[in-house]
Amino acid sequence: MSLFEINNVKKAFGDLTVLHDISVKVDEGEVVAIIGPSGSGKSTLLRCATMLETMDSGELVYLDEKAAHNDSSGHTVYASPADLRRIKGYFGLVFQNFNLFPHFSVMRNLTEAPIHVQKRDRSEVEAEARELIRKMGLEGKENYYPQQLSGGQQQRVAIARALAMNPKMLFFDEPTSALDPELTGEILKVIRQLAQEKMTMVIVTHEMEFARDVADRVIFMDGGYIVEEGRPSDVISNPSEERTKQFLARFSGQGAINE
Amino acid sequence: MGFMSIVQQIIGGFGTTLFIFFCTLLFSMPLGILFALARMSKFKPLNIFMQVCISILRGTPLMLQLIVVFFMPYYVFGIKLSTGWRVYAALIGFSINYAAYFGEIFRAGIQAVPVGQHEAAEVLGFTKTQTFFKIVFPQMVKRVVPPVTNEVITLVKDTSMAFAIAYAEMFTMAKQVAAQQSNIMPLFVAGLFYYIFNIVVAWVMGRVEKKLSYFE
Repeated sequence: MSLFEINNVKKAFGDLTVLHDISVKVDEGEVVAIIGPSGSGKSTLLRCATMLETMDSGELVYLDEKAAHNDSSGHTVYASPADLRRIKGYFGLVFQNFNLFPHFSVMRNLTEAPIHVQKRDRSEVEAEARELIRKMGLEGKENYYPQQLSGGQQQRVAIARALAMNPKMLFFDEPTSALDPELTGEILKVIRQLAQEKMTMVIVTHEMEFARDVADRVIFMDGGYIVEEGRPSDVISNPSEERTKQFLARFSGQGAINE
Repeated sequence: MGFMSIVQQIIGGFGTTLFIFFCTLLFSMPLGILFALARMSKFKPLNIFMQVCISILRGTPLMLQLIVVFFMPYYVFGIKLSTGWRVYAALIGFSINYAAYFGEIFRAGIQAVPVGQHEAAEVLGFTKTQTFFKIVFPQMVKRVVPPVTNEVITLVKDTSMAFAIAYAEMFTMAKQVAAQQSNIMPLFVAGLFYYIFNIVVAWVMGRVEKKLSYFE
């Protein structure tokens, strides 16, 4: 059974079609990397999957529960707000620019939603949050505010915030794009660790080497289509499509591609 | 009449000034939030209605608005005006007028909260109400402190407009004393009171701003 499915999604902004009939399935424990040039639609796909953007047409399924389906005329119909709220508990999202709540301490960034959305017991949530903070190497930062932390630390708080909801899977939208190379490393380390723990993840990234090492599957998107999809050793190291080769050639200078 | 007795008479009016000031703040701030929400409403008729209201409240003299509120019961409903009504008319007039200004400041503050904050809250499953009170409102408050300080300081001085409906606040008293004695001194004493009051207001607002500086 797949944990997550998005089927035949179409999305246009005005006259500009951003996603042309795209389908992606993700199994439990799988790590999928989505790569591609800017404007290829990969972020929009992620935003449709996390319901920050509404699809024009297409189906969205988490754990066999339909968050959205097509009506008879092929337009997307979303489930009831109550159902959607429950389904939103199945996944977490880590943003490119963190989007931490600046007026909450690190601790409260982690605990606010579990306590007030999931209505879980405060002491239990706080104990779990402390454990997550420790795991992210942020021990002692519980009472800091986001602005007192480095970008890498903020992104680790954001990952911990997503994990505090106990999601079945995590989406990452270019999690290292706002960070300098040194800080990028610490975030990739955290994601690697999550991959080892068999966390299901979908990662939109420009880090080719990282995608190749961590992902079970790589999806290359361009112009709103999935151009190529498969094992990282095929797609990144040995692409078959001309467009993929062209895109990856830009990264080969960095020594990221050739094994 | 000595200086001290001038001061004493003016202090009598100062109590009224303080009363108008604090009551106006108390009512106009929450009303301002409602105005801001109505002004941003996706329900078009409410949105447009609010735009028109704010436009009128900002575009006509506060003094005229006080007079309108004061005489409204008589001209519209034919009710004879009692002396007690003066107080309520002043408070209603000031509160609604200031709510219009505060509403626009709050709207700017709400809209300045980055869209990413709404998205983060949405993904975490917060309802719209929770998102407003837990995420947007506290960040809005921090952003609006400087412009709100401006308005509050203006309000201190605007309380003197209550004389338009013969509500005896400090400036009205000062003018009376000045007229009785053919002496401009009482007006300067009143000016000094306003100034000192505003120094206190500025100091308090500065403290509030500092208190909120723990986050960006």
